[in-house]
Amino acid sequence: MDALLKKQLEIAATKVRMGVIEGVHSAKAGHPGGSLSVADTLTYLYMHRMNVDPKNPDMPERDRLVLSKGHTAPALYAVLAERGFFPAEELKTLRKIGSRLQGHPSMGKLPGIDMSTGSLGQGISTACGMALSGKISNEIYKVYAVLGDGEIEEGQVWEAAMFAAHYQLDNLVAVVDNNGLQIDGKIDEVMSPYPIDEKFKAFGWHVINVDDAHDFDKLEKAFNEAETVLNKPTVIIQKSVKGKGVSFMENQVGWHGKAPNDEEYAVAMKELSDHLAALENN
Amino acid sequence: MEKKATRDSYGEALVMLAEKRPDLVVLDADLAAATKTGTFKKAYPDRFFDCGIAEANMMGVAAGIASTGKLVFASSFAMFAAGRAFEIVRNSIGYPHLNVKIGATHAGISVGEDGASHQCNEDIALMRAIPGMTVINPADDVEAKAAVLAMADYVGPTYMRFGRLAAPIFNDPATYKFEVGKGIQLKDGKDVTIVATGLMVAEAIEAGKALAEQGIDARIINIHTIKPIDREIIVKAAKETGKIITVEEHSVIGGLGSAVADVVTEECPVPVIKIGVKDVYGHSGPAVDLLKEFGLCAENIVAVTKAALGR
Repeated sequence: MDALLKKQLEIAATKVRMGVIEGVHSAKAGHPGGSLSVADTLTYLYMHRMNVDPKNPDMPERDRLVLSKGHTAPALYAVLAERGFFPAEELKTLRKIGSRLQGHPSMGKLPGIDMSTGSLGQGISTACGMALSGKISNEIYKVYAVLGDGEIEEGQVWEAAMFAAHYQLDNLVAVVDNNGLQIDGKIDEVMSPYPIDEKFKAFGWHVINVDDAHDFDKLEKAFNEAETVLNKPTVIIQKSVKGKGVSFMENQVGWHGKAPNDEEYAVAMKELSDHLAALENN
Repeated sequence: MEKKATRDSYGEALVMLAEKRPDLVVLDADLAAATKTGTFKKAYPDRFFDCGIAEANMMGVAAGIASTGKLVFASSFAMFAAGRAFEIVRNSIGYPHLNVKIGATHAGISVGEDGASHQCNEDIALMRAIPGMTVINPADDVEAKAAVLAMADYVGPTYMRFGRLAAPIFNDPATYKFEVGKGIQLKDGKDVTIVATGLMVAEAIEAGKALAEQGIDARIINIHTIKPIDREIIVKAAKETGKIITVEEHSVIGGLGSAVADVVTEECPVPVIKIGVKDVYGHSGPAVDLLKEFGLCAENIVAVTKAALGR
């Protein structure tokens, strides 16, 4: 990846992380851990890869993204704001009465939300429907479905996995955000979904493992490879760090669904703004 | 009287619809031969997609297709469409208010020999609890076809209930008009009102004739749209006849009877006596025998009505 583009994406992703912390702190609730682990991927997709137009959010030929791990909506909202779908100021209304930023994504309320999600395991099925529809009418759009690693414990995910391979949905790319933690603890201790790659392979998917979901070069390589796959859906299984970018949240299961208090908020924002300044001055 | 199962009407109506709606897509979950989407599959194989035995995923796929602007019907037995997939219907279809038509067949006790595991007497209750969901339960071939064609033009999530058992065709295709949300008064009457839906409408008509012979003037109303329900026709009946008997091939909890009682208790309290499956499971047996056993027949409607009137 071009060095300038990479830097621009790193700057955008840092702003997205600040948006996540801003929103969750303002709401006094929400899911910062998984939002931070998936922030780089969503930034990469919306800021670089996807064909979307903030001025025409419903254009029929747009690429679509279903945040199947809907509880990490704060990251999606921050990315959409960064991309210009709505003012970043609105991130502070997260989870509040009258806000378009519902606790979990609600389509029709907020521009840029392609599907209502939140109940785990359902988004991947809706993404399959979008991809099938594109195939039926020979459209060129891509569909991205972003799943949590705990989420794939839901049986419906595997119904969808079977469906996508059966109908050869090569316009569908699923991402499994493998941060290794779910509410009750480590995923391999709660209910191990491993080996994730072998499972998808057995279901007929093209599998790409990414060992660092916070490296834009590696994300670019993976999504480029997905683009070349024919007659099969692709899954990108990305090793990520829950809470990435805020030192005291990293790899801490306790930050799955908890908002920072004022003091923690200040520390997190200082870390992120220092990081942002370093990137911008470099 | 000629008879046809409304599931057959459903399959035929989909084929009729396909000609004028090139965006129509039909999904099924390995029951196409039984739900009669197989009729559509045969005529339009390119627009039919089997989802296999995976109803939860099918409902999500339907939601995704609808989000791209196409018209989609998703079919299975009522037990699995409304029961197994309930939360997917609620969250992926209902909550975003997507234009998915759920065609659920083999509803009610008239499934017959398959027994209680497949006799869904709870689907109306489940589906009418979902905000924004329209619930349709047609009574015969004419009404079923008209309902499918009409609901294809209506934008919004819709649950349509069809039966396995052949039902008498009492509507005249030349004059019948389906209007969503509008009840149909089949016979005027002043002593009592019998409100029926689906397979029970033909039984209510028969009961009305028998009651007339015994000097009881019963009003008969067909409610094909259980949600949104026709409040006007129900309130008028409550005011003018003073007593309502509801008849449905569904649990007495949460179905037509409950919907009618909701209206009546709010606007014109009169007794509402519910005929339906009384909070029990069914069991195996020929459909017609089961309907008799569970009181879902003209004879029992007559008996309950007479008892309600103290006659």
